[in-house]
Amino acid sequence: MAWFLIKRLAQSVLVMVAVAFLAFSLFRFVGDPVSQMTGVETSVEDRERLREELGLNDPFALQFLRFTGDLLQGDFGYSYRTRQPVGEMILDRLPATIELGVVALLISLVVGIPAGIYTALRPKGVTSQSVLLLTLVGVSIPTFVIGIMLIFTFGVWLNWLPTFGRGGTVEIGWWESSLLRPEGWRFLILPALTLGVYQLTLTMRLVRAEMMEVMRSDHIRFATARGVPWRRLHFRHALPNTMIPVITIIGLQFGGVIAFSIVTESVFQWPGMGLLFLESIRFVDIPVMSVYLVVIAFFFVVVNLAVDLLYVAIDPRLRVREAA
Amino acid sequence: MLDYIRRREGLWLFTRSPAAMIAALATVVIVGGALLAPWIAASNPYDLSTFSLIDGLKPPAWLPGGDPEFLLGTDDQGRDMISSILYGARLSLLIGLMAMLIATLLGVGLGLLAGYFGGWVDAVVMRVADVQLALPAILTALLIDGIARGVLPTALHQELRVPVLTLAIALSLWVNFARTARASVMVEKNKEYVQAAMMQGQHPLRVMGVHILPNILGPLLVIMTVDLASAILLEATLSFLGIGLPADSPSLGTLIRIGMGFLLSGEWWILWVPTAFLVALVVSINILGDFLRDLFNPRLR
Amino acid sequence: MTLLSVEDLTVRFPSRFGELTAVEGVSLSIGPGEIHGLVGESGAGKSTIGAAVIGLLPHPGYVAEGRLRLGETDLRALSPRAAHRLRGDRISMIFQDPQTSLDPLMTVEEQLIETMQAHSDISRRAARERAVDLLEEIGIRDAESRISSYPHQFSGGMRQRVVIALALCTDPELIIADEPTTALDVAVQSQVLALIRRLADERGIGFLLITHDIGVIAQVADRVTVLRGGKVMESGATRQVLGQPAHDYTRDLMDSVPPIDRRLERFRVPGEGGGGARHAQDDRPAAQARRWLTAEGETEPVGLSLDEVTVRFAGARRGLWTREAPFVALDGVSLSVRPGSVLGLVGESGSGKSTLAKVITGLVSPASGQMSLGGEALPAAKARPRGHAARRLIQMIFQDPFSSLNARHDVGRILGEPLWLYGLEPDAKRRRALSAAMLDLVGLPADAIDKYPHQFSGGQRQRIAIARALLARPRFLICDEPTSALDVSIQAQVLNLLKDLQSLFGLTVLFISHDLAVVRQLADEVAVMQSGKLVEAGPTDQIFERPRADYTRDLLRLTPVMPAEWRAA
Repeated sequence: MAWFLIKRLAQSVLVMVAVAFLAFSLFRFVGDPVSQMTGVETSVEDRERLREELGLNDPFALQFLRFTGDLLQGDFGYSYRTRQPVGEMILDRLPATIELGVVALLISLVVGIPAGIYTALRPKGVTSQSVLLLTLVGVSIPTFVIGIMLIFTFGVWLNWLPTFGRGGTVEIGWWESSLLRPEGWRFLILPALTLGVYQLTLTMRLVRAEMMEVMRSDHIRFATARGVPWRRLHFRHALPNTMIPVITIIGLQFGGVIAFSIVTESVFQWPGMGLLFLESIRFVDIPVMSVYLVVIAFFFVVVNLAVDLLYVAIDPRLRVREAA
Repeated sequence: MLDYIRRREGLWLFTRSPAAMIAALATVVIVGGALLAPWIAASNPYDLSTFSLIDGLKPPAWLPGGDPEFLLGTDDQGRDMISSILYGARLSLLIGLMAMLIATLLGVGLGLLAGYFGGWVDAVVMRVADVQLALPAILTALLIDGIARGVLPTALHQELRVPVLTLAIALSLWVNFARTARASVMVEKNKEYVQAAMMQGQHPLRVMGVHILPNILGPLLVIMTVDLASAILLEATLSFLGIGLPADSPSLGTLIRIGMGFLLSGEWWILWVPTAFLVALVVSINILGDFLRDLFNPRLR
Repeated sequence: MTLLSVEDLTVRFPSRFGELTAVEGVSLSIGPGEIHGLVGESGAGKSTIGAAVIGLLPHPGYVAEGRLRLGETDLRALSPRAAHRLRGDRISMIFQDPQTSLDPLMTVEEQLIETMQAHSDISRRAARERAVDLLEEIGIRDAESRISSYPHQFSGGMRQRVVIALALCTDPELIIADEPTTALDVAVQSQVLALIRRLADERGIGFLLITHDIGVIAQVADRVTVLRGGKVMESGATRQVLGQPAHDYTRDLMDSVPPIDRRLERFRVPGEGGGGARHAQDDRPAAQARRWLTAEGETEPVGLSLDEVTVRFAGARRGLWTREAPFVALDGVSLSVRPGSVLGLVGESGSGKSTLAKVITGLVSPASGQMSLGGEALPAAKARPRGHAARRLIQMIFQDPFSSLNARHDVGRILGEPLWLYGLEPDAKRRRALSAAMLDLVGLPADAIDKYPHQFSGGQRQRIAIARALLARPRFLICDEPTSALDVSIQAQVLNLLKDLQSLFGLTVLFISHDLAVVRQLADEVAVMQSGKLVEAGPTDQIFERPRADYTRDLLRLTPVMPAEWRAA
């Protein structure tokens, strides 16, 4: 078990180093930092001095080490566009994206897992078949179209919910939260649904496929032959065995939530990190782009490490040594 | 035995699945229309001389004020919606197909090598895949586009938009192929027909290409279909975000973005017609992919 | 008194080609304490009968006709709910593979308790006590602490005991055992069979024992029913049916079973035609293949010898710097195969037999040791160049005929490959003619050349695999369990073919098998392996009649066979 976790931790560190390297290359080679920071009137000598001050003449490896060291100390540099510290900019936008993502993921799990179990246990039922067809349409509709449809229905047509921005937030220290007041939820619900629907269909289809696979396995047949009550058979035997592959994919799906939050935030003008990233791409604001990259990868890696811990909790084969 | 049943039953199951048949028909019609766009479209949206502002904002033909010449109406520039959509679908399909094919070649190639040789080759490929996985598809595509923007002069970047976009999408999809190919190879490698070929001293490339590859095509075909749908969606999303294709060479996503401007005015068709078309195309491809998945996994039937 | 009575049972599976009748008009009855064997080759409908009795027929199969009674209960009249309550309570089942039969995420204790609690009002405490007692009784030592382990913490044989305990814990009247020992080694198999016999005798439980192994039936079954194509061929007391079969089919079946106590020159195979290797007349294509195989002077038999060959596989990592001790698959094995002879290599699973084959063919590289082929040093694995002569001279026939041929290539392409690869025949047309001739030699029709592997049965595929090996014009043939995936009647045909080819072309053969009886039929000499070591080697008769090693003696003693005296009358 210890080795399993050490191995995964090492892999995560490797991923982070690779992403940091990517971010560094982006920073260093895409567009010259010096010409971004200076105007046309700056003399060649001044540029050269700046170059020396920034350490751009140092060996490549040293520059990368310095870059990584700065990242580790929380020094993320300055935006080319706003001249603000990138760290502050990201931190400012972080709560909005996290709350959006978490609520969307919860929607997808709370609806998707039971629906997946239901359709797996009654595969031939009319309900299952129609749900299944619906999910197929669900995975085929681009997120932004879902967003537009929701805006059109609840914003334009019924005029029930706001469709633009984030309101009704409460500040807890630096964290601005939508979750504490009903007004905040009114702003949050449409973007969260938009982001959640796609993940929901994926979760449901996955749970269904895995559950059906498990239901055909030998140990379920044996438990059936022992007359284990159906409820217990489904929820104590089949479900835990289903969850092992499912949590892996859900860990990976977290990446999907982050990615599509870019789209959702753009459709609803939700002031999160995704919107910031889109703006930075449009203005080729390299420092923001590269830091965003590192932050996203970091989230992904942390979530997947948590998934590994869950693994160990669920699967005794990882916990308890095998007897020869 | 299973293989045999599968071959004979494939066509039969197809005729028994109305969803799959409708999806196939829809796909053929859309792809055919897109291919033949220059010959069947009433106007060419790239050519200013083929449409005029006078025809602007006409609703679909069956509504009051509609013109039978423009069956699904026109946009504010007077472009026929059907023509725009056919040309748009042409571009979307082109980018989607190319991206999918590049991703297939890259992913299957790396997956085969990783699965066959194992050891450090496998470790390198899989760690690269890990990094790729930590950066989701849209992010990768956006990033590559962003880099191209930073590196290439503006004019050149405009000119190279289609290849850059294709490459960006392809690079964000290859991991799927690599992981599937690798997993399949690791299963096949231990089968006796591969052992026989290795034992005879056949060249590793021959063992991979001639023996293993034909036997793992099934799952790969499913992923190719599903990823074609993903690629089309990704292109539409990027164009919608304003990072894909510009308004003068509109893909389906661009058309939808333009249509968004009319969400609150009365001209709903400018938004919803291309949207419906895009969804129909992707749903059809996904239904076909689902059918193939069931076909290659007979236990699910 | 009967416990289970099955009368005129017919089971059908609807498909688009119409209904498939898997079982037709089968009747049998089992009394308390009786072990009733159900024997037949694949597709005979054995497992279907067991599934019908316990009410778990795979979709879309259904019982079309017949009566199924357990004591006074009409099994067909039960509601789904009542049928499910009865399962585990009055009828239990044991499946073939103990590796997959248990829920990997639940302790053995939990699984035992839930089963008891599903069928009776028993407290957890009492259920646990009973479970511990049961495990002790069944031969799991230290059950009190072992009970809280997870399935993966038990070895294969112990796991099958846990499976049996689960089937037993509710005191069922009838247990259906579907190939309960097929996945087990000989020693464990014999213990499990003894346990089944004891449970029948002491507890009066009736057993429906489904198996393809005549030896297993002979050892424990009281009565036996012989099935073929879903119909009963013959039924009666075991000794009667196996010793003096009344039905032609049973007689043919018994003729195909290799005896462990003597060597047959050939198996008597009904309907074995005049074709094939032995009867090749000059005007047949087979004769052309024969001439080709013996042409160009390559007829001198070659021998193979191994000197102190050791193979280690790295152990699993347990930490950054620690690994488990490496697994020693082969431990200083020395043996030699005389030119033109057949060496039988026997041992249980994990004894290193297959690793030995892989070392010889160059798929696995040994940590140390030397090999030689025909007096010349044979380089190992990576040191053996791709074009080395031994790549052609050594050919192999694999165990699983369903995976040893590339499913995407037609037979012509499969057979032409060695001819092309080794540069034996540059002309594509002649390659094809030669392949066709070889098909005739191994007893397959000429039109086989355009078909794909899935269009053949297991036995036919194994013939194709043999033809492929011969087309390399080999001098040394490795057969790794070539018949263990085949039905016994097909096995007899393939063994006949191998015997003919070996003597005809003076091939040197390494014949690997876990089945002692099969080895006796073919081998001139026998080597016995156990956990990577060579236990003993010698002439076949000596090993079988006067084994020196305890291990060999145990193997011979524990292999279930029909007693010789049954056959006499």
